[in-house]
Amino acid sequence: MRVFQQSFKFLALTVLVFLSTTVYAQSSHHEDGGQIDTREEVDAYIAHHLQDSHDFTFFSYTNDEGERKHAGFPLPMILWSSEGLVTFMSSEFHHNDDGHVIVEKNGLKFAKIHSKIYELEAGATAVNFDAEHHATNGARVLDFSITKSVVGILVIGLLMFFWFVRLAKQYKTKTIPTGFGRVLEPLVLYVRDEIARPNIGEKHYRKFTGYLLTVFFFIWLLNMVGLTPLGFNVTGQIAVTACLAIFTLIIYAVSGNKDFWMHILWMPGVPILIRPILAVIELVGTFIIKPFSLLVRLFANITAGHTVIMALIAIMFVMKDTLGVAGATGLSFILSVLIMFIEVLVAFLQAYIFTMLSALFIGMAVAEHDHEHDHKIVDTEDVRSDFV
Amino acid sequence: METLLNDFSPGLFAVQTVLLLLLIFLMVKFAWKPIISSLTEREEGIQGALDAAEKARREMANLQADNQKLLQEARLERETMIKEARELKTKMIAEAEAEAQVQANKMIIQAQAAIESEKKAAMAELKSQVAGLSLEIAEKVVRNELSNKDKQLELVESMLGEATLN
Amino acid sequence: MYNLIGAGLIVIGAGFGLGQIGGKAMEGIARQPEAAGKIQTAMIIVAALLEGLAFGALILGK
Repeated sequence: MRVFQQSFKFLALTVLVFLSTTVYAQSSHHEDGGQIDTREEVDAYIAHHLQDSHDFTFFSYTNDEGERKHAGFPLPMILWSSEGLVTFMSSEFHHNDDGHVIVEKNGLKFAKIHSKIYELEAGATAVNFDAEHHATNGARVLDFSITKSVVGILVIGLLMFFWFVRLAKQYKTKTIPTGFGRVLEPLVLYVRDEIARPNIGEKHYRKFTGYLLTVFFFIWLLNMVGLTPLGFNVTGQIAVTACLAIFTLIIYAVSGNKDFWMHILWMPGVPILIRPILAVIELVGTFIIKPFSLLVRLFANITAGHTVIMALIAIMFVMKDTLGVAGATGLSFILSVLIMFIEVLVAFLQAYIFTMLSALFIGMAVAEHDHEHDHKIVDTEDVRSDFV
Repeated sequence: METLLNDFSPGLFAVQTVLLLLLIFLMVKFAWKPIISSLTEREEGIQGALDAAEKARREMANLQADNQKLLQEARLERETMIKEARELKTKMIAEAEAEAQVQANKMIIQAQAAIESEKKAAMAELKSQVAGLSLEIAEKVVRNELSNKDKQLELVESMLGEATLN
Repeated sequence: MYNLIGAGLIVIGAGFGLGQIGGKAMEGIARQPEAAGKIQTAMIIVAALLEGLAFGALILGK
């Protein structure tokens, strides 16, 4: 992990300048992580990374006194408990993630286990779990904290806002943007001309271009940030992807026209008896399966990508004994570089697919069926000329 | 599915919803609307310029075609004019020749007529002069002859002899 | 154990499906290179739908 941490340092410093926030080292009293060598530790580390974090940690190390140090910043905790709103800084948990540190606020006790905050019942000193892993003497609280993912969302949101408002301002004085705007403009045009326009249709696409552009850049940039050693995993949070999918669902449900609803509820052109069955299928498909596939696809791709990269990096430690230090490091390096290329592609592809499918679903909702089921004979020459 | 639901954080979902709504609103208002409208404007400008260029090109071509046509017409006209002039010339020459011929014939006929009449007149005059001359001569001879009675008789005699002979 | 076998089966099915999609798309592009863009877009959409199905199954089984 040392080598990895060294590379972390450089990037962390760059980011620090960018964020212009002070890093402070903080000692933790409890052993979490420490040296990671075995397969189980790697598994735990990966599982830990995939979850949202309440601290912003750039890197951790063990100092000469054997203390575990974390460089990063604490983030504010905003909890909706049984007694109302409770706020404190995440540093009060001292980087503990297994429920050993109990924070007392407003007479309530909170424990953090695997990035989930539990409110303990009166008198309890630790969270107990039953066989199904449900807490028996505590309850999860609503956690509106500014977690690492929220920081990621805020940073990317501000970045997007800054970039594109600057691009918009450039157009006031010149017709062709200069500098970074020259990179952004083709991307905007790409989303508009390759995603929004063909899938939604010439007539309606203008209304939805703004949403599609926002979602495209949001997902893409967050995917890319997830590939940096900063350790963001925002698009791998099921809550984030669910939110995005539900936005798409709401948009196409709200903008759906009469035809769209008729095709769902009372499909024309099929026998009457089949229509209610089709309606059930269509309702499930439109309101559950489509958004579910959207959210799961993004979540699973990013999670799988992060898992694979971290597993390949872990080859360095796990196979140190069988392959030797140089062999393990070399193998790990080559494989992770290769998979990183694929992940950069996937980062774009997932943003593209999410936007594209959103556009497709919206297009299906606003499409105008002017043919009214009289099967028009398609002129083969027209079809051919469309292709050529 | 169990782990998935367990990992779902409602708090993060709520925060993300608020932030995404805010982001969409701000981006649409301050970024996408101006960007898309200026892009559309630019595209329309480019399209307009292209259309104008195409129109100018077509007009130019039309103009050229017109010029060509005019030139062609002028050439044709010139040719017809030359042809006409040539025809006129030959015609005039032919006409002049014919007229001259007619005139000449006419003059010849007139001249012949004049000659004939002159000849007749001359003959008539000659006849009358000859007659007069003959008479005069005859008168003179007669007078001469008749001045002598013998001679007169002789003459009558001869004449009578002659007449009997006839 | 059983869900691992299930995951394996899902991956076999998804792999077969992806192979079909990719292979047929290649054939289509080879036959009509001028339609490559349209075929690629359609291919990516279908692949994404398949992927969503496979991931859904994997996650439901997890």
